[in-house]
Amino acid sequence: MVGSGAAPACSARVFFGETVGNPGLDVLDIPAVSAIAHEAGVPLLVDSTLTSPWLVKPFEHGADLVYHSATKFLSGHGTVIGGIVVDGGSFDWEKSGKFAELTEAYDGFHNMVFSEESTVGAFLLRARREGLRDFGACMSPHTAWLILQGIETLPLRMARHMGNTEKVVQFLASHPLVSRVGHPLLESHTSHALAKKLLPRGAGSVFSFDIKGNRAQGKAFIEALKVFSHLANVGDCRSLVIHPASTTHFRMTDEALAAGGITQGTIRLSIGLEDPDDLIDDLKRALKAAEKAGA
Amino acid sequence: MYLDVNGHKTYCYTGGKPFDAAKPTAVFIHGVLNDHSVWILQTRYLANHGWNVLAVDLPGHCKSEGDAPASVEEAAEFVAALLDAAGVKRAALIGHSWGSLIALEAASRLKDRVSHLVLVGTAFPMKVSQALLDAALNEPMKALNMVNVFSRSTLAPPLGAGSWVHGASMALGRRVLASNTQVNVFHRGFKACDSYTNGEAAMAGVSCPVLFVLGAQDQMTTPKAAQALVNKARDSGKKFSVASLPVGHHQMSETPEATLFAIRDFLQSA
Repeated sequence: MVGSGAAPACSARVFFGETVGNPGLDVLDIPAVSAIAHEAGVPLLVDSTLTSPWLVKPFEHGADLVYHSATKFLSGHGTVIGGIVVDGGSFDWEKSGKFAELTEAYDGFHNMVFSEESTVGAFLLRARREGLRDFGACMSPHTAWLILQGIETLPLRMARHMGNTEKVVQFLASHPLVSRVGHPLLESHTSHALAKKLLPRGAGSVFSFDIKGNRAQGKAFIEALKVFSHLANVGDCRSLVIHPASTTHFRMTDEALAAGGITQGTIRLSIGLEDPDDLIDDLKRALKAAEKAGA
Repeated sequence: MYLDVNGHKTYCYTGGKPFDAAKPTAVFIHGVLNDHSVWILQTRYLANHGWNVLAVDLPGHCKSEGDAPASVEEAAEFVAALLDAAGVKRAALIGHSWGSLIALEAASRLKDRVSHLVLVGTAFPMKVSQALLDAALNEPMKALNMVNVFSRSTLAPPLGAGSWVHGASMALGRRVLASNTQVNVFHRGFKACDSYTNGEAAMAGVSCPVLFVLGAQDQMTTPKAAQALVNKARDSGKKFSVASLPVGHHQMSETPEATLFAIRDFLQSA
């Protein structure tokens, strides 16, 4: 697509994508998308929440801005609500010519020209100062401390998340009541090759799978789980489970769900840090309960 | 604002204030692989407290056109041309690291046109190891990482979480290096530091008061390595003072307020 001439004609101000989609785990081709964005003179903003800096560093692949929900892997324990935005400092706002709010005098801030104030942090300067001034967006010290403390153990936790995920994925992929497992670890996943290239440590521990059977069997499965918590969060140290069609994605039509790779039988898991054998035993019991519910 | 210096578009950050000929002027000169933005607190403060500020991007660096200076002497000539282009008769010169040598050499040449000389993170001779010179030339990203580790007393943000120092400096180094596609300004700047021999003679020729702002934990330009210039200032009867800060080589970002206050007090008193 690069060089096609299509990108410069685009009117977008920013290109945006998730490192991996939720819950299908389609991997964003950051180098290719950033090349198109840069050809169009706009930055690439990446949501790296589900991968965290341990699995991928989007700046090294061409992203310009990154954000994370720190509620997830960064804090790691599902105890806070917060987020961070990171400016890689590489995007040239002046050269782009599309961002007067950063490159021209802003009378709301004593005619400050943010791109002159900071060569590498113009976006952050305005985002932070204006956010504080206009919205009072200031994190509580305790929340900030919990996030900082969580980050200290990020590499230890992520390695465990990935190890557990691999075992669970392999278990589910070989179970007769499971019709599909949507994780790039498997060759059947459309992003398998791209994940090996961009995410060699793994494509995350939040993924979905489909149960063969009806809606009642899906309900029986979730209600039978004892180690997994039935919760809408992801990236927690505890394993979590949810039924997207009736919760996180309930506003979407069936067609839109199908386009997102979600069916009525799709179950989303967020694999935590427990003993993987306990997780597999729990899933075995729940799948058995689902089987019985369909009998 | 942009000035035409020697026929080249040259960027000077003015601290957000228009240039006013009635005010005294302070010229800030950055070091190797830096630009005007390393002086952000100090420049903005002075611009809002009675000074014209010209924090320059050296030629061939970031927003400024022209050939990147290959020697301290060449850069000092540029500073003289910059003052002419701005119509400044007299100015304080404030330089960091390589910029301190440029300010020193310029002050010795410009004599009474320089009202104050501030040398932040300075040394003479300012020798650069062959390993670092080679890395800057052949593996600039590796050298950038080395420099950003050596340059600071700590990798953790000294002001607490939320104040970026290391990562922002890495990003700035990448931007400055990428801004010049003709010359490796990293290697050229280090080579200029390493080959400068006129430091003590230049100090003898300075006619204004001198302030040394040194980092007690500075590994790039150790306080000991600044002693030859301090001694020369003393021996040649200069009015001088030394501010020792408990930081590494990036005084402006490691202790921004202490660095500002040292400069401010010196400019007010001298």
